[in-house]
Amino acid sequence: MKVGIVQFPGTNCEYDTQYAFEKLGAETSILWHQETSVADDLDLIVIAGGFSYGDYLRSGAIASKSPIMKAVKAHAESGKKVLGICNGFQVLTETHMLPGALKRNEHLHFISKHHHLKVANNDNKFLSKFENADVVNIPIAHHDGNFFIDADGLKELYANDQVLLQYCDENGDVTNPNGSVDSIAGICNKEKNVFGLMPHPERAMEEILGSADGIKMLEGLM
Amino acid sequence: MTAIINISLKNGVLDSQGKAVHHALDSLHFENVEDVRVGRQVVMKLSQTDEAKAREEVTQMCEDLLANTVIEDYEIEIVK
Repeated sequence: MKVGIVQFPGTNCEYDTQYAFEKLGAETSILWHQETSVADDLDLIVIAGGFSYGDYLRSGAIASKSPIMKAVKAHAESGKKVLGICNGFQVLTETHMLPGALKRNEHLHFISKHHHLKVANNDNKFLSKFENADVVNIPIAHHDGNFFIDADGLKELYANDQVLLQYCDENGDVTNPNGSVDSIAGICNKEKNVFGLMPHPERAMEEILGSADGIKMLEGLM
Repeated sequence: MTAIINISLKNGVLDSQGKAVHHALDSLHFENVEDVRVGRQVVMKLSQTDEAKAREEVTQMCEDLLANTVIEDYEIEIVK
């Protein structure tokens, strides 16, 4: 299993992500944003979290135009997997590889804490190790995590089983920390090979650091 | 030639910053404010001298990068 992790100026979760996938037994490499191609034998490309280009213009907007994103698109179009975490999710919506957009959090706060999430749909690789309605505890750390999609787009997401995760409390009752439409924390594309979520599974890999629920998530992609 | 581009959230997309500013104005007793929208302005100097062509080019810039048309609208003003 080979995992490439994209690094833009301002990315800051690439080494946590590398740690997480190596812990699961993957061979990892860091992919610099100026690269125009990626190795054919990569199974998964992860767009790691952080603040690419200082969130200038809009979070993920400038990164979405960088040379490597053409290669990431081609990788996805060949049916291989792409995962965007936090800023990576924002980059994937800005490239239109995932629908919708991430707006400023409703109450304008930067939110950094552990948060419970409910598995909305496990009919995909990413959440294949879970049952529907399972609750996990994963850190969130974002300012622009307020997922927006119009009514028709939302209908389509549900119709195609693209809603992956929703924010909830420890009992699995849906809550809404940031104003996201239907409390959505993560989605995938129609083809179910491009995944994006605001929470950070790579920061939930060790019980001693508060949660190891990220392991079961990332394992689904292995 | 200068292009002034105003980008703001579409009607129907909740503008949290606008709402916060509105509340702050209320607390300062500016009572005649009905609605506040907070946007972004991009000003650029262009070497293009043909106004129609400049507008066309800037429209493309908005579609490709400057605005996210999923949530934002933009208005372009060309000033000579």
